[in-house]
Amino acid sequence: MIPVSADIIPLFVAVPLAGAFLNSLIGKKVKWLPDVIGNLTTLAVLVLSVISVRLVTEYGTLVYSVGGWKPPVGIGMVLDGLTAFMLVTVNLVAFFVAVFSVNYMEKYTSKQKFYTLFLLMLAGMNGVIATGDMFNLFVFLEIASVASYALVAFGTEKHELEAAFKYAVMSTVGSLFVLLGIVLLYSYTSTLNMADMARVFAQKGTGDITLMVSVLFIMGFGLKAALVPFHAWLPDAHPSAPAPISAMLSGVLIKSLGIYVLCRIFYSVIGITPAVASIFLFLGALSMVIGVFLAIGQWDLKRLLAYHSISQIGYVVLGIGLGTPLGILGGLFHLFNHSMFKSLLFLNSGAVEYSTGTRDLQKMGGLAKRMPVTGATNFVASMSIAGIPPFNGFWSKLIIIIAAVQAGRYGYAFWAVLASLLTLASFMKVMKYGFFDRLKERWGRIEEVPFFMKLSMVALALICIFGGVLLLGGINQVFLDRATAVLLRGTQYAAIVFKGS
Amino acid sequence: MSREHEKGMSLIVKTVTRLTVGIIFLYGIYIVSHGHLTPGGGFAGGVIIALSFVHLMLAFGREAALKKLSRAAASFFESTGAIMFLVIALLGFTGGYFFLNFLGKGQPFKLFSAGIIPLCNIAISFKVGAGIFAIFVALVILELEVEGKE
Amino acid sequence: MIVYLLTLVLFSLGIYCVVRKRNVIKLIVGIMIMEYAVNLFFILVAYRMKGRAPIFSPDAEIVNMVDPLPQALVLTAIVIGLATTALLVGIAMKIYEKYHTFDITKIRELRG
Repeated sequence: MIPVSADIIPLFVAVPLAGAFLNSLIGKKVKWLPDVIGNLTTLAVLVLSVISVRLVTEYGTLVYSVGGWKPPVGIGMVLDGLTAFMLVTVNLVAFFVAVFSVNYMEKYTSKQKFYTLFLLMLAGMNGVIATGDMFNLFVFLEIASVASYALVAFGTEKHELEAAFKYAVMSTVGSLFVLLGIVLLYSYTSTLNMADMARVFAQKGTGDITLMVSVLFIMGFGLKAALVPFHAWLPDAHPSAPAPISAMLSGVLIKSLGIYVLCRIFYSVIGITPAVASIFLFLGALSMVIGVFLAIGQWDLKRLLAYHSISQIGYVVLGIGLGTPLGILGGLFHLFNHSMFKSLLFLNSGAVEYSTGTRDLQKMGGLAKRMPVTGATNFVASMSIAGIPPFNGFWSKLIIIIAAVQAGRYGYAFWAVLASLLTLASFMKVMKYGFFDRLKERWGRIEEVPFFMKLSMVALALICIFGGVLLLGGINQVFLDRATAVLLRGTQYAAIVFKGS
Repeated sequence: MSREHEKGMSLIVKTVTRLTVGIIFLYGIYIVSHGHLTPGGGFAGGVIIALSFVHLMLAFGREAALKKLSRAAASFFESTGAIMFLVIALLGFTGGYFFLNFLGKGQPFKLFSAGIIPLCNIAISFKVGAGIFAIFVALVILELEVEGKE
Repeated sequence: MIVYLLTLVLFSLGIYCVVRKRNVIKLIVGIMIMEYAVNLFFILVAYRMKGRAPIFSPDAEIVNMVDPLPQALVLTAIVIGLATTALLVGIAMKIYEKYHTFDITKIRELRG
């Protein structure tokens, strides 16, 4: 029943779309139906993504021609190491967020509309990751983005609408820059298939127009990924969304729509040059430092977590911009780790908001006595993001810093260590004021959160604790090593895709 | 006879609308069904079909148009169109590929040719038509709530 | 050549409108101008000298057509732009309901 060949690739898009439209059609009839459809769909896509990791290990790069039209005439969907890595990350976080929403979204008006938009956003993200065609990438990018604008405004209170409007306007401008870049690329190469574009670039040489296209793509996708100086929408949008959506936005959306596409275009299609790599290094370091400096003075818990997202994405871009194998390994591993612990942190803040109704750190105090599961998982996640051994954040930050020192960039290594220390200080503040101080009397009667929320938080915490295991020999070769190899191969992508189709 | 003048627009507009709304709807269906022969197809035809209902709403007022196509019916048509499109795409798996054109191709320039393309056009026209009408209704109903508060 | 430059000038006008105007509705119109400029640029890229419209008909010869691929892509991009604009207008109307103003310098509750 489960297709064990390249047929699996379109299912990543088709299954969430089917779930979303079924939900929209019959979701109002029975009360628990949206929950069941949402969770079953995300579980199915998670199983498919784990199978795809095994397929990549056995068969190498898989290419699927949609509709039987062979690329470069038709649309091709490509499954290689980096794709499988991102698919597992995205669908794992999506499954746990869907489980969390079973209880959390009772407080909002319409669970049916929530699950429809959520599955549409998931279909868009999977489509961006799995596709091998430039305009198809733009269409799925827009599907995921428009679904996320509606989800940020889901509560329709004053602050949420203002944040959603700012996010929507800035993100639309970013998408239009991307579309202009795609138009210029098409006018130069006369093809839309990514592998074919790489081949044309190898033959004709990257002309002068590639400079403008690179600038437009860095602006457009940098805005989606919230790199400094394009980060201004993130501190308003991520706190205003409902907590499971904040976890999805901060955990996977800015990575799959921003970082993954930047890697794919600049490593596999255009070809990385030292100029672009140093731009990545500079923007990454800037994001790291500015994010953490702006986060220190925050007292709103979710706004603090949003600023830390900017900082940690800076780490990922720094690692990828180094260009050495160790640097890319560190960057991609930190991408996976950040999805895990940042989602867990946002789900924690959602649990706190569910029980106490506030997000202000100065009003909370000593909540760990009444909410032990939330307190323990928050401790695990805070230690991970600060980089304390043996949690997973420590290993990835260590690899990035060692790679920076090995490449001779001592300045960047210094800033990385400094940002890590300031992150530790910031999360010490969160734990002291939020969870481990004296219990205030007004919180004397709150209760622990319901079952499904506890389940997803504990599962993510276990992944944070045992995340370092991904670096051990056998698992590393299957999962992270293949992703790193794809980026290191660079424009060999074209030859491999055409051989496989 | 004079009660009709209170909602919607003037008598001239209402008479002309009664004459032309059916023709606009038929023209939309023509563009959808000939999508594989002439320019147009699902999107453009769907927009024209939606505009015939919007025309009705502009000329006669909100209630008359909602009696023809209520909000629940628009939502139903929208989801049905999307599911039809997805089912056609998944049925391509029987031929071996997602979205394969698996029906007989027929002769060029005839109405019943080109495999699954007319069916896809019809599904898209359902979704786009119902979707644009639903967007318009949502914006108009929103305005009602704002005015009601003041 | 000058037609392409004029299209890019239209794009910059759209960016100026988004950056400088204070009314929310004018901001949305600025985004629409940018979308139109990019779609227009895409169609102009597809032009071939002495080409005719890329439509088959039973009696015409198949010589010298303009590139048909960007025409299909622009159709998709127009629909995406329509969906985004509809969502932005809906959010703007809800903002008016809550804040009672369309002036973006007064809609600044989130700061810090």
